[in-house]
Amino acid sequence: MINKIVKTTSDAVAEIFDGATIMIGGFGEAGSPIELIHALVDHGAKNLTVVSNNTGNGHVGLAALIENKQVKKMICSFPRTAQSVVFPELYAKGEIELELVPQGTMAERIRAGGTGIPAFFTPTSVNTPLAVGKEIREFNGKPYVMEYAIRADFSLVKCKIADRFGNLLYNKTARNFGPIMCMAARSTIVQASRVVEVGEIDPEIVVTPGIFVKKVVEIKNPISENQLLKDNRRYP
Amino acid sequence: MNSDQIKGWSREQMAQKIAEDIPDGSYVNLGIGLPELIANYIPEDREIIFHTENGLLGVGPAPLPGFEDDELINAGKKTVTAIKGACYFHHADSFAMIRGGHIDICILGAFQISETGDLANWSTGEPNAIPAVGGAMDLVQGVKTIFIITQHTTKNGEPKIVKECTYPLTGKGVVNRIYTDFAVINVTPEGLFVRELAPGVDFEFLQKNTAVPLHKF
Repeated sequence: MINKIVKTTSDAVAEIFDGATIMIGGFGEAGSPIELIHALVDHGAKNLTVVSNNTGNGHVGLAALIENKQVKKMICSFPRTAQSVVFPELYAKGEIELELVPQGTMAERIRAGGTGIPAFFTPTSVNTPLAVGKEIREFNGKPYVMEYAIRADFSLVKCKIADRFGNLLYNKTARNFGPIMCMAARSTIVQASRVVEVGEIDPEIVVTPGIFVKKVVEIKNPISENQLLKDNRRYP
Repeated sequence: MNSDQIKGWSREQMAQKIAEDIPDGSYVNLGIGLPELIANYIPEDREIIFHTENGLLGVGPAPLPGFEDDELINAGKKTVTAIKGACYFHHADSFAMIRGGHIDICILGAFQISETGDLANWSTGEPNAIPAVGGAMDLVQGVKTIFIITQHTTKNGEPKIVKECTYPLTGKGVVNRIYTDFAVINVTPEGLFVRELAPGVDFEFLQKNTAVPLHKF
């Protein structure tokens, strides 16, 4: 019998090891798996490389993971946002590495990682500082830069509905990086707002097929990062 | 004339001017900040579909107070609504729309634009600044038509339209048209052509505030 449901967030993140590469879904707050990230803070794995579009807000979620000195390197497209305070301070002190990637290139590198494509060529970033040191090749008279796929040891993803096979549905723009990050990790860990019986999700509308998912934990009423920020909360 | 006396177009008028130039049926991506204003001025008889790179085609107006949804946002991370007929999708599909040439028009802000349509709008290159690029480099390479909306000069009165960008580039030769508070300017292989002057702005004044030669349309 296949049952990917685990009881607690600490069970969900238990296998994450020091030095792992972890993809974390979300675009700003939307889709950020806060409960799983907080479980990873409690778990304590260190020297992590994190792939995520942003670097977290305030002192909760991804920002808390960074503040707890568990992250040695961020791979992201937009590391500073209005409410991002932790990453800028550590970056200014040289205590965290940054690999800056154009957002579409980041998405495509993750997708390539999930589909067995080791590298690809794109015109994005040609003639800019972000192409320096990368292979440039001409196709039909136009220059393209070579970008490598990204694969991860783990992905942490938030969704709305899941079943025990790991089939997933998302909520509005919280979908963002979730489906491609599920594909690109050896072990994908999902928090779902609701777990339903197998067969309840119409096969025609499954967004992430269960084959890409390793573990699912149900978090019925996920914390709102905005609320935590308004309340000036810190984690832990 | 000196620039103190020149009013030109307001931000809202610039936004309206661009909105009127977007054809019915276009798929449009709006950059963060000033470009977001444009959505307010689409003529009522046109159906324009707005794309936001975080996974929504069919962005609607801002929600009414009390109806905000943290999981329904735009690229600027502001809460939005979805129009009837909208659809959600993941990031690779969203950037397939951008990088695969499916979006018709993208409107972005700028630090500098060169005579040949090079754009610098993501980094001032200051050594201590944290670089952040988002989707700008993907948009300028993939979208068919790139419009820029910007003040004509910097806060210190320096021209933003220059021979060569001194800031790090977002893309080379990517800009098609520039909308400023002083004029609308087409970028062509033969140079910069002034398409329209704002009220109270004459060609001589415009040229004085532009670092490269302009041509009359």
